[in-house]
Amino acid sequence: MNLLATDIPYWGQSLLRVLGGLVAVLLPAGTIVYLFLFKMMSFMQSRLGPMEAGPYGSMQLLAEVGKWMQKEDLAPAAADHRIFKMAPLVVLVSTFLLVVVIPFGPDAWFTNFSVGVFYGLAVASISVLGILIAGWASANKYSLLGGLRAAGQLIAYELPMVLATLGVVIQAGSMNLQDIVVAQNTGEIFGFSGLGNPYIFTQFIGFLIFMIAVQAELTQAPFDMPIAESELVSGYMTEYSGFRFLIFFIAEFATAGVFALIASVLFLGGWGIPFEWFGWTSVDDVDNWMNLAGPVIMFTKMLVLTFIIMWVRFSFPRFREDQLQTFAWKILIPLALANTAITATLKVAF
Amino acid sequence: MAKKKSKKPKTPGLFKGMGITLGILGHTIKDGANTVQYPHEKETPPIRARGVIALHEDNCTACMLCVRSCPDWCIYIEGHKQLAPPRRAGGKPRQVNHLDRFDIDYALCMYCGICVEVCPFDALFWSPEYEYSEPKIADLLHDKNKLGEWMETVPEAPELEAGAQKK
Repeated sequence: MNLLATDIPYWGQSLLRVLGGLVAVLLPAGTIVYLFLFKMMSFMQSRLGPMEAGPYGSMQLLAEVGKWMQKEDLAPAAADHRIFKMAPLVVLVSTFLLVVVIPFGPDAWFTNFSVGVFYGLAVASISVLGILIAGWASANKYSLLGGLRAAGQLIAYELPMVLATLGVVIQAGSMNLQDIVVAQNTGEIFGFSGLGNPYIFTQFIGFLIFMIAVQAELTQAPFDMPIAESELVSGYMTEYSGFRFLIFFIAEFATAGVFALIASVLFLGGWGIPFEWFGWTSVDDVDNWMNLAGPVIMFTKMLVLTFIIMWVRFSFPRFREDQLQTFAWKILIPLALANTAITATLKVAF
Repeated sequence: MAKKKSKKPKTPGLFKGMGITLGILGHTIKDGANTVQYPHEKETPPIRARGVIALHEDNCTACMLCVRSCPDWCIYIEGHKQLAPPRRAGGKPRQVNHLDRFDIDYALCMYCGICVEVCPFDALFWSPEYEYSEPKIADLLHDKNKLGEWMETVPEAPELEAGAQKK
């Protein structure tokens, strides 16, 4: 975006940023739903999934959106209407706020934020508020239970996520996501710089913890206790229908995409390719074409990571509530703390 | 001893589970799904499938046994007595029951098959035909012409097992 700053007036830049944000949120969401939720899940259950709407059911998503848009906007009589109607938007807004800090190329970023990691992790927890008020405002005991479970789970798994990110921040020496990408692509592994130094190698435990925490943050199976359909109907989403449910639905998969993007920035080298290949030494040397190639590389990495997220989702049964909390507090958090301590020690030592 | 087994680390099992789902994914891509795309391709139902009840009108004597045995009273029969020509020349004209109406309301029918079992004259048969849904529930009341058409879809009775008694 900055690349075009000289030619385009401020309102044009803002418009481009809004459009870019919409694409960065909705394109991954649509791709994940069609490719993974519709097709991969069906194939893993030995069926074909939607096949009628468009070639291989590719227009199915539009059909679903159309169906949801024309449904009545219902709210229970006892619900707190204003808050009830606001809740899905709060969840979606946190997704949009999250995408703001992700760099897609040397100049293709929305904001080059010096504390991007901090901001991202803070903004990601806004969705907890949305879910909690959705559960409360529905005036339904199942929704409330689901909302409370979601809040407990999201707070429990926020911690390992933050601590896992801490390892990366220590190693890169920066909270700026752009600097983290550059640090990975200019780094070297024991003097070998042909691959750069994607932190998935040095921070593998951190990567595992981060992905597990993402799985729980998205309330996807095996961590889908809050929306457990067999006991809580659909948890905090029970009373929602029509386009408000659609917003919850979009937010769920858009967040999956955005978290995968963040994970690819933190652990897989982000938009970059090892700078050594083209003889670049810093982010200023990087050729302009990387602004176009970067988003494609990011998208590919996002697809790989969401494939893993969805694969886990379709393979495992649900954790019980106490197992879920035990796993977070007694295993993940100590492990993440140990990882942080070791990373910090090594950072100081070398 | 069973307890000792459960103390094994869970991780290999996790990967095994993910391997199974991925295996089925590959299998579906390579060999196709286990399901069929219904309106375009159809599975042949098994020969004894309880799809719909067909009526062989010539065999029916309007004896009302099926009506009386039906648990939810979904069979309607009306008939009248009439004279039929004698079997042998010079004999007395026979009195037979003529079937005027034989309706089954498939909105009520629960496919128990008691009418088929109870029919002493082999007039009712199970047909595997299943595509007869209607937009209106009242249209599910089918008369004897429609029930007779389904006779064509009734498969040949399978061979009896050796030693089985024919009824």
